[in-house]
Amino acid sequence: MAGAAVLGRLEAPLAWRVATVAAVREETPRVRTLVLDVDGWPRHRAGQHVDIRLTAEDGYQAERSYSVASAPGDPLELTVELVEDGEVSPYLVEELDVGDVFELRGPIGGYFVWEPGHGGPLLLIAGGSGVVPLRAMLRTRPSDVPARLVYSVRTLGDVIYRDELDRLGGDVVVTLTREQRESRRSGRVDAELLREVGFGPGEAPRIFVCGPTSFVEAIASALVELGHAPERVRTERFGPTGR
Amino acid sequence: MEPLDGNVAGGMLREVFALEVTAARCRCDGCGAEAFLAEARAYVDAPGLVLRCASCDNALLVLVRAEGRAWLGVRGLTWIELRT
Repeated sequence: MAGAAVLGRLEAPLAWRVATVAAVREETPRVRTLVLDVDGWPRHRAGQHVDIRLTAEDGYQAERSYSVASAPGDPLELTVELVEDGEVSPYLVEELDVGDVFELRGPIGGYFVWEPGHGGPLLLIAGGSGVVPLRAMLRTRPSDVPARLVYSVRTLGDVIYRDELDRLGGDVVVTLTREQRESRRSGRVDAELLREVGFGPGEAPRIFVCGPTSFVEAIASALVELGHAPERVRTERFGPTGR
Repeated sequence: MEPLDGNVAGGMLREVFALEVTAARCRCDGCGAEAFLAEARAYVDAPGLVLRCASCDNALLVLVRAEGRAWLGVRGLTWIELRT
Protein backbone atom coordinates (compact mmCIF):
# COMPACT_ATOMS: atom_id res chain seq x y z
CA MET A 1 0.00 0.00 0.00
CA ALA A 2 1.29 3.43 -0.90
CA GLY A 3 0.19 4.76 2.47
CA ALA A 4 2.23 2.15 4.29
CA ALA A 5 5.28 2.91 2.15
CA VAL A 6 5.08 6.58 3.04
CA LEU A 7 4.62 5.80 6.71
CA GLY A 8 7.72 3.61 6.53
CA ARG A 9 9.77 6.74 5.81
CA LEU A 10 8.47 8.62 8.80
CA GLU A 11 10.85 8.73 11.73
CA ALA A 12 10.01 8.42 15.39
CA PRO A 13 9.86 11.75 17.21
CA LEU A 14 13.22 12.71 18.69
CA ALA A 15 12.96 12.08 22.41
CA TRP A 16 15.15 13.73 25.01
CA ARG A 17 17.22 10.98 26.62
CA VAL A 18 19.35 10.86 29.72
CA ALA A 19 23.08 10.63 29.01
CA THR A 20 25.50 9.43 31.69
CA VAL A 21 29.18 10.37 31.49
CA ALA A 22 31.12 7.08 31.33
CA ALA A 23 34.58 8.57 30.78
CA VAL A 24 36.30 11.88 30.10
CA ARG A 25 39.39 12.49 27.93
CA GLU A 26 41.32 15.75 27.90
CA GLU A 27 42.18 16.53 24.26
CA THR A 28 43.74 19.98 24.76
CA PRO A 29 43.58 22.46 27.66
CA ARG A 30 40.34 23.86 26.14
CA VAL A 31 38.80 20.73 24.64
CA ARG A 32 37.63 17.46 26.04
CA THR A 33 35.83 14.35 24.87
CA LEU A 34 32.88 12.93 26.81
CA VAL A 35 32.19 9.21 26.41
CA LEU A 36 28.49 8.71 27.10
CA ASP A 37 26.09 5.94 28.05
CA VAL A 38 22.67 6.66 26.58
CA ASP A 39 19.80 4.25 27.16
CA GLY A 40 18.33 3.09 23.85
CA TRP A 41 20.73 5.15 21.71
CA PRO A 42 20.04 4.38 18.03
CA ARG A 43 22.98 3.87 15.69
CA HIS A 44 24.14 7.22 14.32
CA ARG A 45 25.80 8.08 11.00
CA ALA A 46 29.18 9.80 10.65
CA GLY A 47 28.71 13.57 10.52
CA GLN A 48 25.49 13.71 12.55
CA HIS A 49 25.09 15.76 15.72
CA VAL A 50 23.06 15.82 18.93
CA ASP A 51 21.26 18.58 20.79
CA ILE A 52 22.15 18.98 24.45
CA ARG A 53 19.74 20.57 26.93
CA LEU A 54 20.75 21.86 30.34
CA THR A 55 18.11 22.93 32.84
CA ALA A 56 18.87 25.31 35.71
CA GLU A 57 17.21 25.02 39.11
CA ASP A 58 14.89 27.90 38.23
CA GLY A 59 13.74 26.07 35.08
CA TYR A 60 15.82 28.11 32.60
CA GLN A 61 16.95 25.91 29.73
CA ALA A 62 19.83 26.22 27.29
CA GLU A 63 20.21 24.06 24.17
CA ARG A 64 23.30 23.57 22.02
CA SER A 65 24.29 21.26 19.17
CA TYR A 66 27.45 19.12 19.25
CA SER A 67 28.81 16.81 16.57
CA VAL A 68 29.24 13.13 17.27
CA ALA A 69 32.95 12.27 17.40
CA SER A 70 32.72 8.47 17.36
CA ALA A 71 32.09 6.03 14.53
CA PRO A 72 28.68 4.39 14.07
CA GLY A 73 28.32 1.43 16.39
CA ASP A 74 30.93 2.70 18.85
CA PRO A 75 29.94 4.28 22.19
CA LEU A 76 28.65 7.83 21.74
CA GLU A 77 31.44 10.38 22.09
CA LEU A 78 31.13 14.17 21.97
CA THR A 79 34.15 16.46 21.78
CA VAL A 80 33.44 19.89 23.24
CA GLU A 81 35.49 23.08 22.99
CA LEU A 82 35.29 25.67 25.74
CA VAL A 83 33.60 28.89 24.58
CA GLU A 84 34.54 31.80 26.88
CA ASP A 85 31.38 33.20 28.50
CA GLY A 86 29.38 30.33 27.01
CA GLU A 87 26.27 29.04 28.75
CA VAL A 88 26.77 25.34 28.12
CA SER A 89 30.37 24.51 27.16
CA PRO A 90 32.00 25.67 30.47
CA TYR A 91 29.82 23.17 32.28
CA LEU A 92 30.59 20.37 29.81
CA VAL A 93 34.34 21.07 29.68
CA GLU A 94 35.17 22.16 33.22
CA GLU A 95 32.57 20.74 35.59
CA LEU A 96 30.97 17.56 34.30
CA ASP A 97 32.48 14.38 35.80
CA VAL A 98 32.14 10.63 35.39
CA GLY A 99 28.70 9.52 36.58
CA ASP A 100 27.04 12.91 35.97
CA VAL A 101 23.92 13.03 33.80
CA PHE A 102 22.36 15.49 31.34
CA GLU A 103 19.74 15.45 28.56
CA LEU A 104 20.39 14.98 24.87
CA ARG A 105 18.47 14.08 21.72
CA GLY A 106 19.59 12.68 18.40
CA PRO A 107 21.12 11.56 16.18
CA ILE A 108 20.26 14.61 14.04
CA GLY A 109 20.91 15.57 10.44
CA GLY A 110 20.95 13.93 7.01
CA TYR A 111 22.91 16.42 4.90
CA PHE A 112 26.37 16.54 6.46
CA VAL A 113 26.68 12.75 6.53
CA TRP A 114 29.04 10.27 4.94
CA GLU A 115 28.65 6.50 4.69
CA PRO A 116 30.97 4.04 2.94
CA GLY A 117 28.26 3.46 0.32
CA HIS A 118 28.61 7.09 -0.80
CA GLY A 119 32.11 6.28 -2.06
CA GLY A 120 35.28 8.35 -2.15
CA PRO A 121 37.87 9.65 -2.28
CA LEU A 122 37.12 11.75 0.78
CA LEU A 123 38.47 15.27 1.11
CA LEU A 124 37.84 16.56 4.64
CA ILE A 125 38.63 20.17 5.53
CA ALA A 126 38.42 21.33 9.16
CA GLY A 127 38.87 24.60 11.00
CA GLY A 128 39.42 24.21 14.76
CA SER A 129 36.87 21.97 16.45
CA GLY A 130 35.25 21.45 13.03
CA VAL A 131 37.47 18.37 12.97
CA VAL A 132 35.04 16.50 15.26
CA PRO A 133 32.47 15.19 12.72
CA LEU A 134 35.26 14.63 10.20
CA ARG A 135 37.04 12.37 12.70
CA ALA A 136 33.86 10.27 12.86
CA MET A 137 34.03 9.98 9.04
CA LEU A 138 37.72 8.99 9.13
CA ARG A 139 36.90 6.29 11.67
CA THR A 140 34.04 5.04 9.45
CA ARG A 141 36.15 4.88 6.31
CA PRO A 142 37.11 1.43 5.00
CA SER A 143 40.84 1.17 4.25
CA ASP A 144 40.23 1.07 0.49
CA VAL A 145 38.67 4.55 0.42
CA PRO A 146 41.41 7.17 0.00
CA ALA A 147 41.01 10.13 2.34
CA ARG A 148 42.80 13.36 3.10
CA LEU A 149 42.13 15.59 6.10
CA VAL A 150 43.30 19.20 5.85
CA TYR A 151 43.09 20.67 9.34
CA SER A 152 43.65 24.31 10.27
CA VAL A 153 44.40 25.18 13.92
CA ARG A 154 46.00 28.11 15.71
CA THR A 155 48.88 26.27 17.39
CA LEU A 156 50.17 22.72 17.65
CA GLY A 157 48.80 22.58 21.19
CA ASP A 158 45.28 23.14 19.80
CA VAL A 159 45.32 19.99 17.65
CA ILE A 160 42.47 17.71 18.78
CA TYR A 161 43.01 13.91 18.46
CA ARG A 162 46.71 14.61 17.84
CA ASP A 163 48.06 11.08 18.44
CA GLU A 164 45.31 9.48 16.40
CA LEU A 165 45.82 11.89 13.50
CA ASP A 166 49.61 11.57 13.60
CA ARG A 167 49.21 7.83 13.15
CA LEU A 168 47.42 8.47 9.84
CA GLY A 169 50.63 9.92 8.42
CA GLY A 170 50.34 11.62 5.04
CA ASP A 171 46.53 11.36 5.02
CA VAL A 172 46.44 14.26 7.50
CA VAL A 173 47.81 17.72 6.75
CA VAL A 174 47.80 20.08 9.73
CA THR A 175 48.48 23.76 9.15
CA LEU A 176 49.15 26.19 12.01
CA THR A 177 47.77 29.72 11.65
CA ARG A 178 49.36 31.35 14.71
CA GLU A 179 52.78 29.74 15.06
CA GLN A 180 55.66 28.24 13.13
CA ARG A 181 56.98 24.78 13.94
CA GLU A 182 59.68 22.72 12.35
CA SER A 183 58.22 20.00 10.07
CA ARG A 184 54.72 21.51 10.36
CA ARG A 185 52.96 23.65 7.81
CA SER A 186 51.87 27.14 8.71
CA GLY A 187 49.36 29.57 7.22
CA ARG A 188 45.72 29.39 6.31
CA VAL A 189 44.05 26.79 4.11
CA ASP A 190 43.72 28.29 0.62
CA ALA A 191 43.36 27.18 -2.99
CA GLU A 192 47.12 26.74 -3.31
CA LEU A 193 47.34 24.34 -0.36
CA LEU A 194 44.26 22.42 -1.51
CA ARG A 195 45.70 22.08 -5.01
CA GLU A 196 48.90 20.69 -3.51
CA VAL A 197 47.52 18.22 -0.96
CA GLY A 198 43.85 17.69 -1.86
CA PHE A 199 42.31 15.52 -4.57
CA GLY A 200 41.74 17.35 -7.85
CA PRO A 201 38.31 17.82 -9.49
CA GLY A 202 39.20 15.01 -11.92
CA GLU A 203 39.19 12.54 -9.03
CA ALA A 204 35.69 13.74 -8.06
CA PRO A 205 36.20 13.59 -4.28
CA ARG A 206 33.35 13.85 -1.81
CA ILE A 207 34.20 17.01 0.11
CA PHE A 208 33.15 17.91 3.66
CA VAL A 209 34.03 21.29 5.17
CA CYS A 210 33.37 22.09 8.84
CA GLY A 211 34.48 25.10 10.86
CA PRO A 212 33.55 28.63 11.84
CA THR A 213 31.35 30.45 9.29
CA SER A 214 34.14 32.64 7.86
CA PHE A 215 36.40 29.59 7.44
CA VAL A 216 33.70 27.61 5.62
CA GLU A 217 32.93 30.54 3.28
CA ALA A 218 36.61 30.97 2.38
CA ILE A 219 37.12 27.24 1.72
CA ALA A 220 33.93 26.98 -0.35
CA SER A 221 35.20 29.81 -2.59
CA ALA A 222 38.62 28.17 -2.91
CA LEU A 223 37.02 24.85 -3.92
CA VAL A 224 34.93 26.54 -6.62
CA GLU A 225 38.08 28.32 -7.84
CA LEU A 226 39.78 24.91 -8.15
CA GLY A 227 36.90 23.62 -10.25
CA HIS A 228 35.21 21.26 -7.79
CA ALA A 229 31.52 20.65 -8.50
CA PRO A 230 29.39 22.44 -5.87
CA GLU A 231 27.11 19.39 -5.48
CA ARG A 232 30.04 17.33 -4.19
CA VAL A 233 30.76 19.84 -1.41
CA ARG A 234 28.92 19.59 1.91
CA THR A 235 29.39 22.28 4.53
CA GLU A 236 28.65 22.74 8.21
CA ARG A 237 29.17 26.03 10.04
CA PHE A 238 29.44 26.31 13.78
CA GLY A 239 29.91 29.07 16.24
CA PRO A 240 28.89 30.33 19.65
CA THR A 241 25.18 31.12 19.86
CA GLY A 242 23.00 32.76 22.46
CA ARG A 243 20.25 30.24 21.94
CA MET B 1 27.11 37.48 15.22
CA GLU B 2 27.75 35.38 12.11
CA PRO B 3 24.87 33.16 11.01
CA LEU B 4 25.19 29.39 11.22
CA ASP B 5 23.56 27.09 8.68
CA GLY B 6 20.47 24.92 8.50
CA ASN B 7 22.28 21.89 9.93
CA VAL B 8 21.86 23.38 13.39
CA ALA B 9 18.06 23.43 12.97
CA GLY B 10 17.74 19.67 12.48
CA GLY B 11 16.61 18.91 16.04
CA MET B 12 14.16 21.82 16.23
CA LEU B 13 12.59 20.92 12.88
CA ARG B 14 12.13 17.31 13.97
CA GLU B 15 9.77 18.69 16.63
CA VAL B 16 7.31 19.67 13.88
CA PHE B 17 8.23 17.46 10.90
CA ALA B 18 8.04 13.65 10.83
CA LEU B 19 10.93 13.58 8.33
CA GLU B 20 14.51 14.83 8.46
CA VAL B 21 14.09 17.98 6.32
CA THR B 22 17.53 19.63 6.48
CA ALA B 23 18.70 17.13 3.82
CA ALA B 24 15.76 18.09 1.57
CA ARG B 25 16.15 20.29 -1.51
CA CYS B 26 14.01 23.40 -1.46
CA ARG B 27 13.27 26.43 -3.66
CA CYS B 28 13.41 30.02 -2.47
CA ASP B 29 10.18 31.80 -3.39
CA GLY B 30 12.07 35.10 -3.49
CA CYS B 31 14.85 34.44 -6.02
CA GLY B 32 14.16 30.89 -7.24
CA ALA B 33 17.46 29.49 -5.96
CA GLU B 34 17.40 25.76 -5.22
CA ALA B 35 19.51 24.39 -2.37
CA PHE B 36 19.47 21.98 0.54
CA LEU B 37 17.68 23.41 3.57
CA ALA B 38 20.92 22.66 5.49
CA GLU B 39 22.66 25.27 3.31
CA ALA B 40 20.34 28.11 4.35
CA ARG B 41 21.66 30.75 6.74
CA ALA B 42 20.39 30.01 10.24
CA TYR B 43 19.69 32.63 12.88
CA VAL B 44 19.05 31.01 16.24
CA ASP B 45 19.48 34.10 18.43
CA ALA B 46 16.14 35.57 17.39
CA PRO B 47 13.11 34.71 19.57
CA GLY B 48 12.71 31.78 17.22
CA LEU B 49 14.59 30.08 14.44
CA VAL B 50 14.91 31.91 11.12
CA LEU B 51 16.33 30.20 8.01
CA ARG B 52 17.27 32.60 5.21
CA CYS B 53 18.14 31.92 1.57
CA ALA B 54 21.94 31.90 1.15
CA SER B 55 21.54 33.56 -2.26
CA CYS B 56 19.10 36.44 -1.59
CA ASP B 57 18.55 36.50 2.22
CA ASN B 58 14.79 35.96 1.86
CA ALA B 59 13.30 34.39 5.03
CA LEU B 60 12.50 30.81 4.01
CA LEU B 61 11.25 29.40 7.28
CA VAL B 62 10.45 30.73 10.74
CA LEU B 63 9.82 28.54 13.78
CA VAL B 64 8.85 29.90 17.18
CA ARG B 65 8.38 27.46 20.04
CA ALA B 66 6.65 27.90 23.35
CA GLU B 67 5.37 25.56 26.01
CA GLY B 68 2.99 23.17 24.26
CA ARG B 69 2.82 25.19 21.02
CA ALA B 70 4.86 26.02 17.94
CA TRP B 71 4.36 28.56 15.14
CA LEU B 72 5.76 27.51 11.76
CA GLY B 73 5.97 29.96 8.86
CA VAL B 74 7.13 28.74 5.43
CA ARG B 75 5.99 31.62 3.25
CA GLY B 76 9.46 32.04 1.71
CA LEU B 77 9.56 28.49 0.34
CA THR B 78 8.01 27.51 -2.99
CA TRP B 79 8.50 23.82 -2.25
CA ILE B 80 10.47 21.24 -0.29
CA GLU B 81 11.40 17.96 -2.00
CA LEU B 82 10.72 15.13 0.45
CA ARG B 83 12.10 11.63 -0.12
CA THR B 84 9.20 9.21 0.32
